[in-house]
Amino acid sequence: MSLEAHGLDWRAGGRLILDQVSLQVPPGELMGLLGPNGSGKSTLLRLFAGLARPARGEVLLDGAPLARRSRRDIARRIALVEQHATTDTDISVLESVRLGRTPHRSAISGWSANDQRAVDSALDQVGLADKCARRWHTLSGGERQRVQIARALAQQPSELLLDEPTNHLDIQHQLELLELVRRLPLTCVMAIHDLNLAAMFCDTLAVLDGGRLVAFGAPEEVLTPALIERVYGVRALVSRSTPHRRPHVQYLPLTPSSLDQEPPCEPST
Amino acid sequence: MIERFAADAGWAWRYGLALVAVLGLGVAVVLAASIGEMRIPFTVSLKAILNGLGLTDYPLDRIQQGIVWEYRVSRALVAACCGAGLSVCGAILQALLRNALAEPYVLGISAGASTGAVLVMLLGVGGGVIGVSLGAFLGAALAFSLVLLLAASGRAGVTRVILAGVAGAQLFNALTAYIVSTSANAEQARSVMFWLLGSLGGVRWPDVWLAGLVVGVALVACLLFARALDAFAFGEDLAATLGISVAGVRLVLFAITALVTATLVSIVGAVGFVGLVIPHAARFLVGPGHSRLLPASALIGANFMVLADIVSRIIVPQQVLPIGVVTALVGAPAFALILYRSRLSP
Repeated sequence: MSLEAHGLDWRAGGRLILDQVSLQVPPGELMGLLGPNGSGKSTLLRLFAGLARPARGEVLLDGAPLARRSRRDIARRIALVEQHATTDTDISVLESVRLGRTPHRSAISGWSANDQRAVDSALDQVGLADKCARRWHTLSGGERQRVQIARALAQQPSELLLDEPTNHLDIQHQLELLELVRRLPLTCVMAIHDLNLAAMFCDTLAVLDGGRLVAFGAPEEVLTPALIERVYGVRALVSRSTPHRRPHVQYLPLTPSSLDQEPPCEPST
Repeated sequence: MIERFAADAGWAWRYGLALVAVLGLGVAVVLAASIGEMRIPFTVSLKAILNGLGLTDYPLDRIQQGIVWEYRVSRALVAACCGAGLSVCGAILQALLRNALAEPYVLGISAGASTGAVLVMLLGVGGGVIGVSLGAFLGAALAFSLVLLLAASGRAGVTRVILAGVAGAQLFNALTAYIVSTSANAEQARSVMFWLLGSLGGVRWPDVWLAGLVVGVALVACLLFARALDAFAFGEDLAATLGISVAGVRLVLFAITALVTATLVSIVGAVGFVGLVIPHAARFLVGPGHSRLLPASALIGANFMVLADIVSRIIVPQQVLPIGVVTALVGAPAFALILYRSRLSP
């Protein structure tokens, strides 16, 4: 068992952001959360992380309501990697990752061998063991995301939530990061924009549209031209990609003839 | 490289440096006891302090003994408490608000405390039941709540809380000026205005006990929250996902900050920029971890204020400057520097 959403409603400023969302996160798998901007992906992740209480419905962890657990208790089970973590603290990689041990330590307990093992293993998994002393503000975008993932792993969670972790990364770093997430032996829920990357790496996909869950299942069941047109308003061809037999989405232009013409004037450099 | 030397070096170096800072504070206090209108030899001051502590019974001139123990040592100790308290408040506010410029003075908390204190002192609000310290606390809490309310109406980022603080400080300073100019006679007005700039002039032993108790308890309490403060490095949401009860921690620490600021304002007046500059200096030496940063800030702040008090007494012959003037002369350029640097790295 893992995380479950039961009829979740969430409102902000009188607008319904999540509307009766129910789903069961498959344990031990990587679930991709798809949907256009403003479809409620981040909100659902926040509810799963216990950062906000649903207006209606409930989130269950192992069959028991998340709301009944203490913050610290939740933090030992569920870790969140935000879309764009920032700090103005002059913090090092090691110090950032050590923050992940916070829920496992009391106000006065010392740094235990167990804490050290968790941090070492987290740094190893993301390949940052040799960059411990580097300062946060000297890191690249991809390195920062890996630090946040290492911090989350140091929490030793059973479920990991990631909010568009590949945003603002170049394609090599996107692939690196997704391969890293896929290797993790955890239940992962990841909001992601790129349909092809989602199809390549996720075991299951859930699609949100206007706060409603409109599709849920294996990538090849979910990613159909009809769904893409309905949710994104875009026509697309879906084929099986040659290298890995995963669904591959090709988008068709919004106006049929726009690609036949000369490209629109771009300032020459 | 001295940057973070005290953090990266071994424990022997760390405790060595802490010991040096404590000894330095002792020397500074004895120095503060010797310097003033009446110069008293260093050894005499030391003997007078040992007498005052009841450890020895050196035969000393009664006047010298009195000046050293009753006036100058109490004054230096209050200065030390004030420096320590304001620095710890600054470090906490900077962590919780994620703002390098946050401190009680900049955020208008000191201004609110001044208004509360002046209301009690001049108008007798509270009918004698509310003391000056409690009045200051209520003023500080009100000003702080107002600033947080203004800053929270939107998540527009870190500059907002500073702007709200500026607005709050202006409002409460105007209120204070209004109260002083309408209800005080000339003599009262002069002494209140002098006190508002930060003055250690009227400090006596009871003030030492009050400031020492409040700052000491606050420091210990804040140390219990050191890990929670560390968890705020990447923002409140991340702190929450690390198991911190964000609202609770904020409420407790804001209340402690308001209490410490109010106590110090009611004794010393509004002393600015100590809470801003010292935590940055401490962070530079020991790094951002709060279990080291808070005690380091307290120690450096205490040393700084005792020295600033000495400077305020000797920089203009025959006259004592308000200590707030001295700290502002050091602090305002540092404020500008921090502002400039935070502009470079958004």
